[in-house]
Amino acid sequence: MDARRRNNVTVIGCEDAPTVLLAHGFGCDQNLWRLVVPDLSKRFRIVLFDHVGSGRSDVAAWSPQRYTTLDGYAEDVLEICAELDLRDVVLVGHSVSAMIAVLAANREPERFAKLVLLTPSPCYLDDGDYRGGFTRADIDELLDSLESNYLGWSAAMAPVIAGNPDRPEVAGELEAAFCRTDPAIARVFARTTFLSDNRADLADVTVRTAVLQCSSDAIAPREVGQFVHDRIEGSVLVTLDAIGHCPQLSAPEQTAAAIAEFAGAR
Amino acid sequence: METTFSALLEDSAEDLYENAPCGYLSTLMDGTIAKINATLLGWLGHERAELLGRRRFADLLPVGDRIYHETHFAPMLRMHGEIGGIALELVRADGTRMAVLVSSTVKTSANGTAQLIRTTIFDAGDRRAYEHELLRARQEAEQERDRVQLLASTLQRTLLPPSLPDVPGMDVAAYYHPASADEVGGDFYDLFPLTGDTWAFFLGDVSGKGAEAAVVTSLTRYTLRAAAVQEPGPASVLKRLNTALLKDQHGATPRFCTAIHGLLEPAGDGAKVTLASGGHPPALVIRHNGAAELLDTRGGQLIGALPDARFVEVELRLRPGDTLLLYSDGLTEARTHGRVRYDEEDLRDWADTLDVGSATETVAAVSLLLDSFGDGVDDDTALLALSVRLLGDERP
Repeated sequence: MDARRRNNVTVIGCEDAPTVLLAHGFGCDQNLWRLVVPDLSKRFRIVLFDHVGSGRSDVAAWSPQRYTTLDGYAEDVLEICAELDLRDVVLVGHSVSAMIAVLAANREPERFAKLVLLTPSPCYLDDGDYRGGFTRADIDELLDSLESNYLGWSAAMAPVIAGNPDRPEVAGELEAAFCRTDPAIARVFARTTFLSDNRADLADVTVRTAVLQCSSDAIAPREVGQFVHDRIEGSVLVTLDAIGHCPQLSAPEQTAAAIAEFAGAR
Repeated sequence: METTFSALLEDSAEDLYENAPCGYLSTLMDGTIAKINATLLGWLGHERAELLGRRRFADLLPVGDRIYHETHFAPMLRMHGEIGGIALELVRADGTRMAVLVSSTVKTSANGTAQLIRTTIFDAGDRRAYEHELLRARQEAEQERDRVQLLASTLQRTLLPPSLPDVPGMDVAAYYHPASADEVGGDFYDLFPLTGDTWAFFLGDVSGKGAEAAVVTSLTRYTLRAAAVQEPGPASVLKRLNTALLKDQHGATPRFCTAIHGLLEPAGDGAKVTLASGGHPPALVIRHNGAAELLDTRGGQLIGALPDARFVEVELRLRPGDTLLLYSDGLTEARTHGRVRYDEEDLRDWADTLDVGSATETVAAVSLLLDSFGDGVDDDTALLALSVRLLGDERP
């Protein structure tokens, strides 16, 4: 198994420093970490990857059997760790990857030094007293939305961001790849993401955990962050002064600092 | 005239913004609505004061679209500085929805700091209705295609033996490669016992594809099976088939086929094979020492085309380790990577280099060869191989 190629693994930063493995969430790819990587790579060895079906992963490796549960994605994370022989990993999971990180850490706790759950939600659907924030009808609506934005998912968006004016072809290539997701796969990933319930897995976490949430997040509200913190014994809860579901974009310095502080602590 | 013209233009800046034929919206980087034009307010049925500084753009979206916005639209906009042509819905003040197309750009200050998001919103009601129709049509077409594939693969299975029988002292193997999942192919093969120690086999290719070809394949198989029992030898069996196909010609599509039919009888430590060909590519014999030869059956005519078609019969002996391979022209007319047609001599030369000792190994090697052609194989391909087991090789 060539996990490195399958998941388009990138390794940068300080070679002998502790390893920080960054796992992107639904709707994007490893480029989502672009604004926090410069800060983090000064202190850590950074490992980035694309989930199968996202970014520049090997789409041929995707199968509905493996990827209709988050366990398939967790297995990929463990295979990346094994193949690169990563040890004492600080695993940072954003959005749905927070739960993928929990599943991976519960399966091989010895592999991980720490977990950082960035805007996590163990269950997006409301259930009795639990407020995940969404109903089943909301999720069906999201699936419809993906369907009607077929073009938005498959076509390259116009490259505008300043970045590499000297080498526009490189910039263009990056832009084209940014958040590119196969529409059919995105649909399955959306279903898997938003219909999974991993609340019961939280109690099994033995790896030291930090929960980082945003002060205002429509996808993972603060009470959900609090819930995750309450269920993982000994976890710390950090609320970033940031709006939206992607603090790595809306508040990159603060997010990088919070990850670095927890990852670097003894 | 000219003065009226320029007066019209000068007067328009504010009016152009407020009453443009599209919605305009400016938000802070966190999405808080800072400015909105009259057109959009009219569409939404909101008062300006209800929105400015109080609501975010995402608040105007239904929940499903809000998730899409947060997980995709907003990150893309942050990273690219712009995003265009995204299909969303807006929720009006009265709760009804409006289909729109949204484009946004980020306004940056001179030093590159992102300041504002500017968004234009187009009414896309008609277009979205049309797209929904297209989407529904595509889903229907996909379902239809699944049904057709299921039908084709089911029908295909009924035209091929589910498994080959065990022939004492022989190894037998077959392979079928359909060129398309949507259509029933026109290749067929079979192997079955006759009286005593004799076995009959055939492999052929009917003209055309699809339902029409399936009809001919079915007729051909039944005729060959029945005739093999009654007729004295392969050439007369093919004559019977020729007559049956000629009788069955109705409709515009001519029905004919090519085939090799043979009989296999044990003889000494090997087997005697008598076979006849009707217009089919020559069978290949791979001897136990590795030498490959094409069996000359030239002169055998297409079956079902002429009333007095002639068929040529040949005899050969297979010794332990020898393999007889029948194949259809899907193999020999495949385009290789150089886009050149593979032909029978190429196949023989390739087989000459093979190190195989059984029918199973031969079929495995040829199917790998087929795989190596990739999309160069544009016709169905059938393979049937028979080999005499080496002495001492008692594997079932």
